[in-house]
Amino acid sequence: MHMADALISPAVGGAMTAAAAGVAAYSVKKIKNDLDDKAVPMMGVMGAFVFASQMINFSIPATGSSGHLGGGMLLAILLGPHAGFLTMASVLLIQALFFGDGGLLAYGCNVINLGFFTCFTAYPLIYRRITRKGLSSGRIFWASMISAVAGLQMGSFSVVLETLLSGRTELPFKSFVLLMQPIHLAIGVVEGLITAAVAAFVWKARPEILERVETGKTMGDVSIKKVLSVLLAAAVIIGGFVSWFASSNPDGLEWSIGRIAGTAELEASGGVHNFMANVQSKTAILPDYGFNTTDESETSEYAGTSVSGIAGGAMTLGLAALIGLAISAVKKKKTVRSRQH
Amino acid sequence: MSKIVESMYSIRMLDDLARKDTAIHKIHPAAKLLTTIAYLITVVSFGRYEISGLLPFVLYPMVIILLAELPAAQIFKRLLIIEPLIIGIGILNPLFDPRGWISFASIMIKSGLTVTACLILVSTTGLDKIAQALRTLRVPGVFVLQLILTFRYISLLTEELARMLRAYVMRAPLRKGVRLKDCGSFVGQLLLRTSDRAQRVYDSMKLRGFDGEYHSNGESRIAWRDVLFLISWSLFFIIARIHDIPAFLGLLLERVIG
Repeated sequence: MHMADALISPAVGGAMTAAAAGVAAYSVKKIKNDLDDKAVPMMGVMGAFVFASQMINFSIPATGSSGHLGGGMLLAILLGPHAGFLTMASVLLIQALFFGDGGLLAYGCNVINLGFFTCFTAYPLIYRRITRKGLSSGRIFWASMISAVAGLQMGSFSVVLETLLSGRTELPFKSFVLLMQPIHLAIGVVEGLITAAVAAFVWKARPEILERVETGKTMGDVSIKKVLSVLLAAAVIIGGFVSWFASSNPDGLEWSIGRIAGTAELEASGGVHNFMANVQSKTAILPDYGFNTTDESETSEYAGTSVSGIAGGAMTLGLAALIGLAISAVKKKKTVRSRQH
Repeated sequence: MSKIVESMYSIRMLDDLARKDTAIHKIHPAAKLLTTIAYLITVVSFGRYEISGLLPFVLYPMVIILLAELPAAQIFKRLLIIEPLIIGIGILNPLFDPRGWISFASIMIKSGLTVTACLILVSTTGLDKIAQALRTLRVPGVFVLQLILTFRYISLLTEELARMLRAYVMRAPLRKGVRLKDCGSFVGQLLLRTSDRAQRVYDSMKLRGFDGEYHSNGESRIAWRDVLFLISWSLFFIIARIHDIPAFLGLLLERVIG
């Protein structure tokens, strides 16, 4: 479920991080005045709890696949959407830093996938609708169950979109969706059961925690939320377009441009990669050192297959190793010297 | 369960490494954080069939690992734990694309580089100082406080979990693990116990003057050496991104021989 740095393009990563930062800033603004000495440690504990539970994989029967808790829904139920979103964001940051789970560039994607859809979509639209008439064990169970499943479905669909927009894998949209959604339906049911069990227990043992969230001021007014959703959608769409232009092999785009312009080969069609290629050709040190084409895949293929390319690769790694050896030699000398003194 | 224990060890290890005192550790956390982000952006910006251009980027993690005296074997071990997830998605590339093996290799290299970059950031800086860097970069205090507390409470929670498991096993000696029927209340109990303890910990932190802000007497100011670190690495990343260094070296070699 966690998006990895290696699977995204900078445009998608950047757009999603901007969106996540926007939602986080909004959440901070919302809860700042509500934070008391009870709420702060509770957020920390819930963060630690979700962190630990994401470490436990449960297997999905008859598929050979396994999943783990997302936890976004649980955070929203016990802390409210704003504090829940911020807590999710901090859990994901710790995971990115300490485990390389996800990654710093994919951080925004993960925060949106696991935090936004649960706290700001499934929670207000499903959970709150069901529990509006008052809390009861039955309502808490079904509300948690349905909203957890829905939240995870939206999250996994968002993973599919982000992966495709980044253009780092060749997975066709249809097969990717058919792979992701059913498996996350199964994971979602397990997540829903666990979320419901924990929420029901907390409601029985400490009803004030749930009631506090239900009556809390943290729900905020709807209009800002709407504005924010629009902003988010805009960021996603813009990010998608940018990355489409920026992706190294814009098949459909090139094809359609070729049809329109009458030529298959276009000089720079914009985007980060073509900009880079332009700078490259202007600043090339050796005149015949490739990069006359704007298509990156051709040049890398050239570099990857030609003898000089392979030799160059080996030389680069050799050079790196030499630098490494030099550093460790100097380091050793220093430690020996400091021991002698 | 063993996975939680293992990840606790891993967190402790990375946290301990961050307490070393090398030239890299002394660099301002904000400079390291920004350098890492610059590195990630350049690595990820390569196209899907790129392999040779990525090779020079090995230099950054290697130099940092050596200068900061990090245990390379431990870092690679963590890397191996992550890789299966990436393989899972990347392995499908060869099925859908005749050149899929190239893009698969590219994804593998990228994930290796990006994950290593994150791990060396945290093992040369530590979470407390990263939090401090975030404050320097104007990230809201509420979020940073939340980040520190979550991190600290992870060990609190696992301690509580270990205590509860011990109690459970002593009352049900012949049973393996917690019964499914008891799971709900077990987990709920864990949550309540931990939150009570966390509340006490937080109260005593506040009594000792903690307010989530960092008060430093100027020693955490950014020095020219930090700026130099950031700029020189960023320059290297940009040059390596624009020029295919291996291709350049290969051509050079061809000329010398020919």
